[in-house]
Amino acid sequence: MTPLLSVQGVTKHYGARLGCGNVNFDLWPGEVMGIVGESGSGKSTLLSCLSGQLAPDAGKVVFDTRAEGPRDVLTMSEPERRMLARTDWAFVHQNARDGLRMGVSAGGNVGERLMAVGARNYADIRAQAIDWLGRVEITEDRVDDRPRAFSGGMQQRLQIARNLVTGPRLVFMDEPTGGLDVSVQARLLDLLRGLVREMGLSAVIVTHDLAVVRLLADRLMVMKGGHVVETGLTDQVLDDPQHGYTQLLVSSVLQV
Amino acid sequence: MIRISDVSKSFVLHNQGSAVIPVMEGASLSVAPGECVALVGNSGAGKSTLMRMIYGNYLAGAGLIMVGDVDVARAEPREILTLRREVLGYVSQFLRVVPRVPTLEVVAEPVLAAGGSAEAGEARARELLARLNIPERLWSLSPTTFSGGEQQRVNIARGFAHGFPALLLDEPTASLDATNRAVVLELIAEAKARGAAIIGIFHDAEAREAVCDREIDVSGFTPARAA
Ligand SMILES: Nc1ncnc2c1ncn2[C@@H]1O[C@H](COP(=O)(O)OP(=O)(O)OP(=O)(O)O)[C@@H](O)[C@H]1O
Ligand SMILES: Nc1ncnc2c1ncn2[C@@H]1O[C@H](COP(=O)(O)OP(=O)(O)OP(=O)(O)O)[C@@H](O)[C@H]1O
Ligand SMILES: [Mg+2]
Ligand SMILES: [Mg+2]
Repeated sequence: MTPLLSVQGVTKHYGARLGCGNVNFDLWPGEVMGIVGESGSGKSTLLSCLSGQLAPDAGKVVFDTRAEGPRDVLTMSEPERRMLARTDWAFVHQNARDGLRMGVSAGGNVGERLMAVGARNYADIRAQAIDWLGRVEITEDRVDDRPRAFSGGMQQRLQIARNLVTGPRLVFMDEPTGGLDVSVQARLLDLLRGLVREMGLSAVIVTHDLAVVRLLADRLMVMKGGHVVETGLTDQVLDDPQHGYTQLLVSSVLQV
Repeated sequence: MIRISDVSKSFVLHNQGSAVIPVMEGASLSVAPGECVALVGNSGAGKSTLMRMIYGNYLAGAGLIMVGDVDVARAEPREILTLRREVLGYVSQFLRVVPRVPTLEVVAEPVLAAGGSAEAGEARARELLARLNIPERLWSLSPTTFSGGEQQRVNIARGFAHGFPALLLDEPTASLDATNRAVVLELIAEAKARGAAIIGIFHDAEAREAVCDREIDVSGFTPARAA
C-alpha cells in the first residue's frame, strides 16, 4: 500500500519568523490525523502548505493521485493543483465564511462544486445538492436561502456538504468545531465520523479540543513553536504523553 | 496468542522536576488461545499499566509484546490500528462514545470495523444488549445519559460484539449486580470456548475463579524502589 499523503521536511518561514519547520509524516488511506498545539504553533500554516494554498520554503508533499500515482503537489502546475483542490481534496475552514460563497444560495454553494468538475444537468445538480444538504441535516426548504440566513452551525454543515459532494479522498479541516456550542459540535462530530467511515475518507484535522481529537482521530501530532514535538496513536499520546509540552497540555484539561 | 517478554516501563514527569518513576521491570507472560489469565497484585502494582501496554495506549519502555504476529512495543500506529480492528479487543473501565450515536450503533461498530455487514452488526448488538438486560427502549438512545451500570454493560456488549482472537478486560464485572455479572462470566466462557486468549483484571475473587485458568501476580514485576 502507498500512503495517500507523504509529507517530507515541510518548512515555512514568514520573514525571519518560523511558521512550521521540518514536518514529516505519512497519512494512509482511511486514516484521520489530528493536529493539536498552542496558538501560533504553526498548525494552520502547515495545513495551508499541505493543501497547496501556501508554498513552503522547503520540503515535499506527495499525494497519491488517481491517474498518475504519487506526485509532488508543490511541483505541479497551478491548473493541476487547482483541479486536485476541486476533486480529490476538500478544505473545511475554521470560519465558514472563508469556505462558502455568501452571495450564493445553499444549493448553489453545493452545486457549484459539482459544476466545477463538469456536471451540467441542472436537475441532477439540484437533486444531488438537496441530497447532500439532507445528509448534513439542512432541510430541502432551506435550499434557496443564502448562507447569511443560517446559524453558525448550519453554515459549518453547509461548508462540509459543499466540500464532500465531489467525493474527495482527503479532507483538511481547520478547527471545524471552533466557535460552535457543544451540542452543535456533537452533531457535527457524529456527522464527520459517519462520513469518514462510509466514504473511507482520510482527513487531517486541526483542533484545540482534545475530546474531539480522541473521538475522531486515529493518530495525533503535537506542535509547539513550529515544530512537531510528539506523534503517535491518539490514545497513546493522550494517555502516556512523552514530551513535557504534551504532558502539560493533557494535564491542563479536564479528563477526556 | 499473547506473549510478553522482559517488558519494562517508567514514567518521566517532565513538569515535576523530570522525576522518573519506574513502574515495571522484567514482565513476562504468555496466554494461549482458549485460555483466560488473571492479573493480580495490590493497587498500584501495575495491572492496568501492563494491560495498556499490550493494547498500545501506554508505550513500553523495553521488551517484546507479541499479539499474534505483531510486536505492539515496536509496531507503527497503523499496524496497531489494524490489530485493534481485527485481533485485539479491550473492555476498558469507562465507555467513551461520540455523543448522539444510538446505543445499537455503538455496540455494532466493532463488527463493521472488522469488515462485518451492517445486518450482522445489528443482529449481534441486539443479542448482546438483550442478554445484558439493557431495556430495548434505550437501544435507540445515546448511552451518554445512561446510568453508570448501564454504560458499563454497553461497554461490555461493544467489547464482545466482534469475535476478537485476543481480549483484554479491565474489571468487567465491577459494580454489576449478580444477574449481569453472571452474564459477563458466560460471555467470557463463550469467548474462551471459541478460542480467544483473554487477559483480565478482576477484583472479585469469585469471578476470577469462575473463568480464569491461571493468575499472574504483577507485583513480581514491580521494580525495587530506589530509596
Ligand atoms: N501571514 C503571516 N505573516 C506573518 N506571520 C504569520 C502569518 N501567518 C502566520 N504567521 C505566524 O506564524 C506562526 C504560526 O502561525 P499559525 O497561524 O500557523 O498558528 P496556529 O497554530 O494555526 O495558531 P492558532 O491556534 O492561533 O490558529 C505564528 O507565529 C504566526 O504569527
Ligand atoms: N499515566 C501515568 N503517569 C504516571 N504514573 C502512572 C500513570 N499510569 C500509572 N501510573 C503509575 O503506575 C503504577 C501502576 O499503576 P496501575 O494503574 O497500573 O496499577 P493497578 O495495579 O492497575 O492498580 P489498581 O488496582 O488500583 O487499579 C502506579 O504507581 C501509578 O501511579
Ligand atoms: Mg490556526
Ligand atoms: Mg487498575
